[in-house]
Amino acid sequence: MSLDAVLDIAAAVFLVAGALLSLAAGVALLRFPDLLTRMHAAAKPQVLGLLLVLIGCALRLRTGVDITTLVLVGIFQLATAPVAAHMVGRAAYPHDDIRTDLLVTDELAAHLDRIAGARDDEVRA
Amino acid sequence: MKPDQMTPAEPTDPPRRPLSRAALRRNRIIAVTGLVAVWILLWGTFTWANVIGGLVVATVLLAVFPLPPVTFAGRIHPLPMLRFWLRFLRDLVVASVQIAWMALRPGHTPRSAIIAVRLRVNTDLNLTLTAEALSLVPGSLILEADRSTGTLFVHVIGVNSRDEVERFRRGVLELEARIIAAIGSSDEQRRVREVAHPPPPADLEGVPT
Repeated sequence: MSLDAVLDIAAAVFLVAGALLSLAAGVALLRFPDLLTRMHAAAKPQVLGLLLVLIGCALRLRTGVDITTLVLVGIFQLATAPVAAHMVGRAAYPHDDIRTDLLVTDELAAHLDRIAGARDDEVRA
Repeated sequence: MKPDQMTPAEPTDPPRRPLSRAALRRNRIIAVTGLVAVWILLWGTFTWANVIGGLVVATVLLAVFPLPPVTFAGRIHPLPMLRFWLRFLRDLVVASVQIAWMALRPGHTPRSAIIAVRLRVNTDLNLTLTAEALSLVPGSLILEADRSTGTLFVHVIGVNSRDEVERFRRGVLELEARIIAAIGSSDEQRRVREVAHPPPPADLEGVPT
């Protein structure tokens, strides 16, 4: 078997694995109970799925110009996906959409109460 | 004025030493190198025209949008860095499989928790890197960062008891230790070793379970 064929098969495996992970991320988005758990789905299987698809593409294309672009896509995905998840999660946090009945503990609420208390004191002073 | 719960905490700047001139120059060199590297990767070929073009773009960018001063006190330690990346990739795969399994498992509603973890090294760089890495490893997603105390608020999926919460808190601190081992200064590494288990923030003690 020639090297090209081996690389093509590897590329196919990576592409299918990446697509399956992205599918799982989509299913998770639909099935998870609230926004915060859904952001987990958007942050992790989706990122790895995309990275696998990028590796698959790189193995199939095999040209330097294309691969450098794919590397950039991967780096920026790793850097920005957590930030996006954080922004959405933080924007939605103290809200009815969060299923507090499913939380074992919520230490951010105590933190926010403390900040609100400190601000109240400042206003009074 | 009534304080409103929807706005995130104001970042109160902790007292930080102003950067020395040498540190500022080093920051600028790192930033220019990074931007030129991105520029060359975008074009895809390494030619002198690309390098010079990248330098021009980087200079203009840094002049128009100056970066906030980031203190990078340490240096890159290659072996711990490699260890961090290997562990990170493993974690990313485990995390993805875990979430995928949770999604496909019939009749299961995952329980979760929001926990506060106070990092031992309170620098912007460490806070950022730990938060970024945390969001991609199993079970955790960053919700809020408090710069003044160096505390991360993490949403954890798939925990069912206080014990698991505490185990997770230790996991976050281990991740921080790996990052500090890879890029921290000797002073920061000593702090991580000395404070093996930092006390939780005062207002969190006695939180009902």
